[in-house]
Amino acid sequence: MLELQNIKKIYNPGEITEMCLFDNFNLTIPNGQFVSVVGSNGSGKTTLLNIICGSIPLDSGKVLINGEDITSMSEYRRYRKIGRVYQNPSAGSCPNLTIAENMSLADNKGKFFGLGFAVNKKRLDYYRDQLKSLSLGLEDKLNVKVGSLSGGQRQALSLLLSTMTKIDFLILDEHTAALDPKIAETIMQLTDKIVKEKKLTAIMVTHNLRYAVEYGDRILMLHKGESVFDRCGEEKQEMSVNDILGLFNKISIECGN
Amino acid sequence: MFDLIIATLTQGLIYAVLAYGVFITYKILDFPDLTVDGSFPLGAAVTAVLITKGVNPYLTLPIAMIAGAAAGFCTGFIHVKLKVRDLLASIITMTALFSINLQIGGSNLNIIGTDTIFTLAPLGSMKLIYRKFLIVLIIAIIFKVLLDVYFKTKNGLILRGVGDNSNLVTTLAKDSGKIKILGLVLANSLVALCGAIVCQEQRSFNSTMGTGQIVFGLAAVIIGITIFKKLSFVKGTTAVIVGCVVYKACVQVAILLGLPANLLKFVMAMLFLGILVLGNFGKRKVNKNA
Repeated sequence: MLELQNIKKIYNPGEITEMCLFDNFNLTIPNGQFVSVVGSNGSGKTTLLNIICGSIPLDSGKVLINGEDITSMSEYRRYRKIGRVYQNPSAGSCPNLTIAENMSLADNKGKFFGLGFAVNKKRLDYYRDQLKSLSLGLEDKLNVKVGSLSGGQRQALSLLLSTMTKIDFLILDEHTAALDPKIAETIMQLTDKIVKEKKLTAIMVTHNLRYAVEYGDRILMLHKGESVFDRCGEEKQEMSVNDILGLFNKISIECGN
Repeated sequence: MFDLIIATLTQGLIYAVLAYGVFITYKILDFPDLTVDGSFPLGAAVTAVLITKGVNPYLTLPIAMIAGAAAGFCTGFIHVKLKVRDLLASIITMTALFSINLQIGGSNLNIIGTDTIFTLAPLGSMKLIYRKFLIVLIIAIIFKVLLDVYFKTKNGLILRGVGDNSNLVTTLAKDSGKIKILGLVLANSLVALCGAIVCQEQRSFNSTMGTGQIVFGLAAVIIGITIFKKLSFVKGTTAVIVGCVVYKACVQVAILLGLPANLLKFVMAMLFLGILVLGNFGKRKVNKNA
């Protein structure tokens, strides 16, 4: 279970551009839940993810995983239990390393990187099987540098890399936003499959309201650092894209956009 | 003429170890590491002092490497833990090392009349010029092979990963800062080793012998990579060796054409500029790093 308690986050404190984004923000996500987070630009979606992963400091409040307080834990230590896919397809892999080398890095996540050979021949068949499940023809390109792949292929690989080892949480930061509609759909289906197969707790930020409605078991709408709409279970399943869009427009009109 | 070619090859190969170090920081870690200008004479100073104290010349090499590793650690610590920008962190270490080198070896220290790794080697009655060539060739090849193997290990792979996408390494639950420090330690220990070998080859330490070494290192790395850009099967370390030899050959030609010694650094800088411009030729965008 992931808990955010009394979160306070102020950007540029003490300066003329000071902005209090989160003030006394609370959120609880039970294990195994797939949450879609929607909201306009500047509503705090990415900040929320960065707070969970420890990428930015907090002003006050607590972050707990299964009851354990991880507020002061450094970012890299938190990633032992967290996998993350970014909006930018090139953020999730090393462009100058081959697919096999990238997979070997991800395969050893959290382990000691000693002087043993990195790419273990025995694991190559496993890597190939994993790549085959993407159905993008990457299984024949194990020795190709990742930098020469297309954005969609790289994002599919990023998703695979981030979930290769056993993790509890999957953080998806608008991971389909930079892709064309067809490959975005493929990535989204793949995400859903992985989350269900590995029984992950997933938090997905998206601007695509249809994905938010179709996938996952909970929908959360943020506005200026507050949760303005939160539905899960059956209530969520009954929602349509138009319901959300209506709500979205209402909020936008209120702030004059 | 044959001896001149051998001497030029020796000059290129002797600096290959330094260029490997620059290859690690510049090409793999993407870190502009000026520490080189300080850690190179540091290695030389350490070896010169130890040899005059009667220490075995071979034993001075690993000791010089440890000194260089400490210098690299300082730069890494200043950058990662004290959060100073990479270039500035290396300039701070480089500047501090200048005084430290003066403390260790003074402004000048000659090692005349003692054995060096070149005279000690069991090579029968071989002439010194060939001994030098053979020994620097062996050292260059040993470290090339060691590095090639290292880059294929898990540790080497994560080092390459940090230079390529340090954020990804963080998401792999690894502290990318520590790995950066490791890379700087490795690179500067190689640079100091090169300083030690050069010191024994010319039998003297000079506090200003580090000036311009980073320019040489960068030039050698960039020449090598530019030459073999189209041939992806050539390893980076091989390209670096070729880059060193080509660069030293260019300098040798300039000297043969009657270039005054005082203009040498100027010509080195111009040569470097020429290589960068040629390397960018045909590229649409100017790369801010190269």
